[in-house]
Amino acid sequence: MSVNATPTGADVAAEQTGQANDRRTGVPAQRSRPSGRKAPLSENKKAERKLGWLLCAPAALVMLAVTAYPIIYSVWLSLQRFDLRFPDERQFVGLENYATVLTNEFWWTAFGVTMLITVVTVAVELVLGMGLAIIMHRTLVGRGIVRTAALIPYGIVTVVAAFSWRYAWTPGTGYLANLFSDGAPLTERASSLAIIMLAEIWKTTPFMALLLMAGLALVPEDLLKAASTDGATAWQRFTKVMLPVMKPAILVALLFRTLDAFRVFDNIYVLTAGGNETSSVSMLAYNNLIRGLNLGIGSTMSVLIFLTVALIAFVFVKLFGTAAPGSDDGERR
Amino acid sequence: MAETTTRAKLRWGLLDVIVVVFALIPVLWIVSLSLKTPATLTDGKFIPREWTLENYRTIFQTDQFVRALVNSIGIALIATFIAVVLGAMAAYAISRLDFPGKKLLVGVSLLIAMFPQVSLVSPLFEIERQLGIFDTWPGLILPYITFALPLAIYTLSAFFKQIPWDLEKAAKMDGATQGQAFRRVIAPLAAPGLFTTAILVFIFCWNDFLFAISLTSTERSRTVPVALSFFTGESQFEDPTGAICAAAVMITIPIILFVLFFQRRIVSGLTSGAVKG
Repeated sequence: MSVNATPTGADVAAEQTGQANDRRTGVPAQRSRPSGRKAPLSENKKAERKLGWLLCAPAALVMLAVTAYPIIYSVWLSLQRFDLRFPDERQFVGLENYATVLTNEFWWTAFGVTMLITVVTVAVELVLGMGLAIIMHRTLVGRGIVRTAALIPYGIVTVVAAFSWRYAWTPGTGYLANLFSDGAPLTERASSLAIIMLAEIWKTTPFMALLLMAGLALVPEDLLKAASTDGATAWQRFTKVMLPVMKPAILVALLFRTLDAFRVFDNIYVLTAGGNETSSVSMLAYNNLIRGLNLGIGSTMSVLIFLTVALIAFVFVKLFGTAAPGSDDGERR
Repeated sequence: MAETTTRAKLRWGLLDVIVVVFALIPVLWIVSLSLKTPATLTDGKFIPREWTLENYRTIFQTDQFVRALVNSIGIALIATFIAVVLGAMAAYAISRLDFPGKKLLVGVSLLIAMFPQVSLVSPLFEIERQLGIFDTWPGLILPYITFALPLAIYTLSAFFKQIPWDLEKAAKMDGATQGQAFRRVIAPLAAPGLFTTAILVFIFCWNDFLFAISLTSTERSRTVPVALSFFTGESQFEDPTGAICAAAVMITIPIILFVLFFQRRIVSGLTSGAVKG
């Protein structure tokens, strides 16, 4: 899914800047040109609108049918006792499922694990990704090779990567298993979690780096040179010149990686199958649904995960939103 | 001056090597395991002492893997095709036409890109069971299209915005019909963008695990990543490690090829929106 998340992320910046521009120029434009939009629509305009809707309709319909409807249906299912193994016992129970899940220690353990993985991996990825982005952006020799190599973790199937890490840490087939102790690292909770995070970081850092590289491309060379002439050290140039210019790109990358990390599933499934209390919320929801066939509880978890993600997105947009993409707006305030 | 540039080159070169090694080691490890004989599988050496292609022969003799490979290729190709077509239509409208609701559409697809996929697993499972498309190709293609669409719309509208549309007018001025102008002038310019988007979407579909494992139950529609996680080898006494690795290498090859040949395009596809918008 990371594939999906980022370019869109990259575009948030562009999109919001665009909106900000529209907002600024749109109103006066309309006022000064009353004949423009307020006049009855010309035939051409009408045809254009119609074509626009016609072209967008299929995409919009598919997206709504596969996300909006199911999530509403999911809320409905979550209010019922509905276990496919005992279909006769299906009945409306109100918020009982929510009480069950929210007082369950497995849920909170999984929630804690997911949060831990999200915070640690995103933080590490930001630092490594920045380094990798600078290397890809600045390197003098073999830029093509570096970029190609960095893209491989991004393209490789997560399950394959997870298998590689699993075998690497398994005594016998692995080259890393005896690195720290003689035991099997994937059978202990702390080391399993560390390996899950390592696998996540390996897989998605290039992705972070690509987004940040797009931000780096926005930093004007002249500015860096000027700062350099004024005697700024490399670190000062990085923190005082590059970071502020890149801020929108960084925020977008952070938001998308955070939401993506929160969905962690494949790695855990292959590495530990959720053993030793290493389940993420996705893993737990999957287990309740597919293994337990409990649609009521599974849907409740689905809704809770959806709400959590919405909350994270909301906090991001609220906290950083004003300063983010339309940053020229923010600075003026 | 010359000395410092050599030094700088060396320093960057060293960093490059670290990056390349870091990126490739897990991949090489899987390749290495897949080429080892059962006897040397556990020797922990990066270069196999005894080489064998037996693991590859094994997986292609099992129905399980071949069937999953066919499913994966078919489902990913169909989903990619539909997503790119629908995405291109929407992206064309977004980048070229003025109509109310445009921002809403862009906003909605942004939301979908951030959607927690696991939240859809329970309702989709039940809806697909009722519709009778659970454990079928369409049952996977639909969610894939949905999650590929935001990606397709964003990358394609970034590409479309770069096309100098005046060329179209000029062609019409010279006597071409609307259709001709589009086919002869605009379509060739848009083709690389479509192609890049298709690769990104394909990688996404090829990669998916959560939907594939939740919305399938038999070999009828199980894709390779899922089949891989269920691999048990020919008999229950056989250790499937070598076979799993061979299968893993097989599904990695297309991605490596894409990356090798289209590195530049993939990078520009992933970053163009942020830079040019």
